[in-house]
Amino acid sequence: MRFIGPRFPLGKPNWPTSVPRPPVERRTGVDYETEWSRTYPARVARAVIVDDVLRPALRAIASPTVHGADRLVGLEAPAIFVANHHSHLDTGLVLTSLPERFRHKAIVAAAADYFFTTRAKGAFSALAIGAIPMERTKVGRRSADLAAELLDDGWNLVMFPEGGRSPDGWGRAFRGGAAYLSLRCGRPIVPLYLEGTGRLWRRGKRFPKVAGKGEGVHVTFGAPMWPEEGEDARRLAARVERTVGALADEWSTDWWTARKRASAGVTPALTGPAGGAWRRAWALDADATSRSGRRSWP
Amino acid sequence: MSRPGFVLEVDRSTPPILFHHGEGFRLERLPAGSRVVYPAEPVAPLKDPDAAIRHALLNPVGDSQPLPSLLHSGMKLTIAMDNQAVPLPPMQQPDNRQRVIEIVLDMAAAAGVDDVELIVAHGLHRRQTEAELRHMLGDRIYDAFAPHGMLTQHDAEDHDNLILVGRTEQGEHVELNKRAVTSDLLIYVNVNLVAMDGGHKSTMTGISSYRSLKHHHNVTGMQHSRSFMDPPNSELHNSTWRMGRLLADAVKIFQIETTVNTDTFPSQFAFLQKREWEWSARDRASYFGVSKSLERVPPRIARSIFHGIKSPQKMTSVQAGEVEAVHKITLENVHRQHLVPVQGQADVLTMGLPYVGPYNVNSVLNPLLVMCLGLGYFFNLYRGKPLVRQGGVVILSHPTRWEFHPVHHPSYIDFFEQVLTETTDPLEIEKKFEDDFATDPWYIHLYRNSYAYHGVHAFYMWYWGAHALQHVGQVIIVGGEPRAVRRMGFKPASTLRDALEMAEDVVGRNPSITHIHNPPIFLADVT
Repeated sequence: MRFIGPRFPLGKPNWPTSVPRPPVERRTGVDYETEWSRTYPARVARAVIVDDVLRPALRAIASPTVHGADRLVGLEAPAIFVANHHSHLDTGLVLTSLPERFRHKAIVAAAADYFFTTRAKGAFSALAIGAIPMERTKVGRRSADLAAELLDDGWNLVMFPEGGRSPDGWGRAFRGGAAYLSLRCGRPIVPLYLEGTGRLWRRGKRFPKVAGKGEGVHVTFGAPMWPEEGEDARRLAARVERTVGALADEWSTDWWTARKRASAGVTPALTGPAGGAWRRAWALDADATSRSGRRSWP
Repeated sequence: MSRPGFVLEVDRSTPPILFHHGEGFRLERLPAGSRVVYPAEPVAPLKDPDAAIRHALLNPVGDSQPLPSLLHSGMKLTIAMDNQAVPLPPMQQPDNRQRVIEIVLDMAAAAGVDDVELIVAHGLHRRQTEAELRHMLGDRIYDAFAPHGMLTQHDAEDHDNLILVGRTEQGEHVELNKRAVTSDLLIYVNVNLVAMDGGHKSTMTGISSYRSLKHHHNVTGMQHSRSFMDPPNSELHNSTWRMGRLLADAVKIFQIETTVNTDTFPSQFAFLQKREWEWSARDRASYFGVSKSLERVPPRIARSIFHGIKSPQKMTSVQAGEVEAVHKITLENVHRQHLVPVQGQADVLTMGLPYVGPYNVNSVLNPLLVMCLGLGYFFNLYRGKPLVRQGGVVILSHPTRWEFHPVHHPSYIDFFEQVLTETTDPLEIEKKFEDDFATDPWYIHLYRNSYAYHGVHAFYMWYWGAHALQHVGQVIIVGGEPRAVRRMGFKPASTLRDALEMAEDVVGRNPSITHIHNPPIFLADVT
């Protein structure tokens, strides 16, 4: 039986068929308005959340260690921080690892179709991490313009150019968004490599695992990268991807080895070996075995 | 950006349409195929009205110098202004007049002008109370001028203070307020609510005498004004323009005209101005709450609630200088807000009448004013041809109580009792009764010393509807008090459906229907 609601004016009025409906003004997704989250009171609230909630929580769960922060000495804000992306821990980890002069004026490009699907989610993301909605399924002028405008305004931007968390543990090719913004606004990209977050809270898990002794995650900052003469967004994105790969190599081997392999162009790719899904999983697991001494599969 | 007005074709999906009904509302279902004329949304107001006023005064239009160069020490300056008949409802403070006059007075003070008098241009309307004047002009102006007798209200029966400027070629007497005419500069400040207002009509009705007014306030003039909301086709305006030009030759006039948008009601009544299908839950709740509580309170209380409303209308333009050049720009601005294109006439025109018209601010909308508002103002809100065809039917929705304000409208009571019982024909009424009422010493005494409309004003209400009475075949008032409605020669109906059935007797079965959706007001451009 269909429920018939109360009639107008108690119930909703009909829309006359002869009157065209105006386009519904979307207030979620990429159209969510985040300006309020950059007002002074919201920034103070966010500073409290990041420093007094997020940081202790991440320390308890992930025991992070930061490497290479010295590479940022002398770098002036704003900058674009890009990292590989395996886990929901990543954003908090990057934010809490940023030196203070970047941390409290940082925004995070977050997927409009994930973090801004409802106004409540949008408000939470915008307040807690300073998220701005970023279109990832299509090229959107609105989100790019907003990010560029904020960069020009002196806001630091955190981005995950893989366009989402890794589905299989391997990285994915970097998209050109961060590189485009770097070129457009003339600001440097700071590459970061996050290790181990996927181990604690990979995609598909509801809750994170607490890192045991020696299982803590690692955040490695690379040196700021400026666009080179005549470089386009695609090339710059590829260079950033290779640099993050070299940072991964640096973490798993040592700096000197990683530099040599990078110079020779033989840095292992973040995206893992080509081939069938099982071979990629096998390779990933073999890689994990080498460090933890345990095989999880088969 | 505000959306323009449009014509809605009613079908089965159309929600009930809101009708104003005096101090209340009705939601009426119109038959499928009817048309509803929706007004445009309020246009954007001026961002900085004070700066715009200064700019207008310093950059006048037409053959006029900037205001400061017209002001000098030792001169005699008179500032006349529209009275509270516009805008409707009275606007939230500061009123356009207060803003303009304060800036004008600033300039006059800078020029060292001592002899300044402010005249409220009432014509034959009632005087305003102190509270009403304070609301309109603000305390600063009132306290500076009223105690010294420099804020006066025009008295059309004070023959010592009237002066005959001359007669037009058509023999029209131009007799006006002596102070205004004998000044070195006459500044007129108006609020142009509708296309009828402003131009030479301001001075020719506001500060003139009965002898002068009767040249354009008469039945023949009104019957030949098609409509009086369209000045080029209005006999009322032709006459006032002829007379006004005569005055402009005799006195230096600096006209300042302002327009307002149609943001008529404050937020608690926001639903009144929305299209029904766009009513939000809040709008529906406030409609429900307001209409149910109004049904339960006595009309007297409901009236005082409504007359307490001050509208959030905002200034949309201001222009100053030579009267006709100024008014041309003013009309463009009025049209920008009001014009709605409508194609073709209908057999039946329906309208819901509100609680207020130009002549009952803080007063009762008596049956004569209902007639004037419906058949005078609303019927004439057209350009081109009337919304209803010749011989068609007009259906008004209003309680039309047999109720008059004894202080404000004394002659209306006698008009209703003595004149309408004999005839409702405007021409006959004019011929037989007008003189007696216009010259009755008691009415004149009340007009001059109390707060009464002039004795002849009731006649003007009837004349205002003369064009409609000549044009339509029948007038039906839905929800009106039967004996009051019948006294005026109209037919009462208890529901809109009944009224439409009654209309079929006049215009035939399945008539075409056009409904004027108000508030706010608009001007139908009928082709």
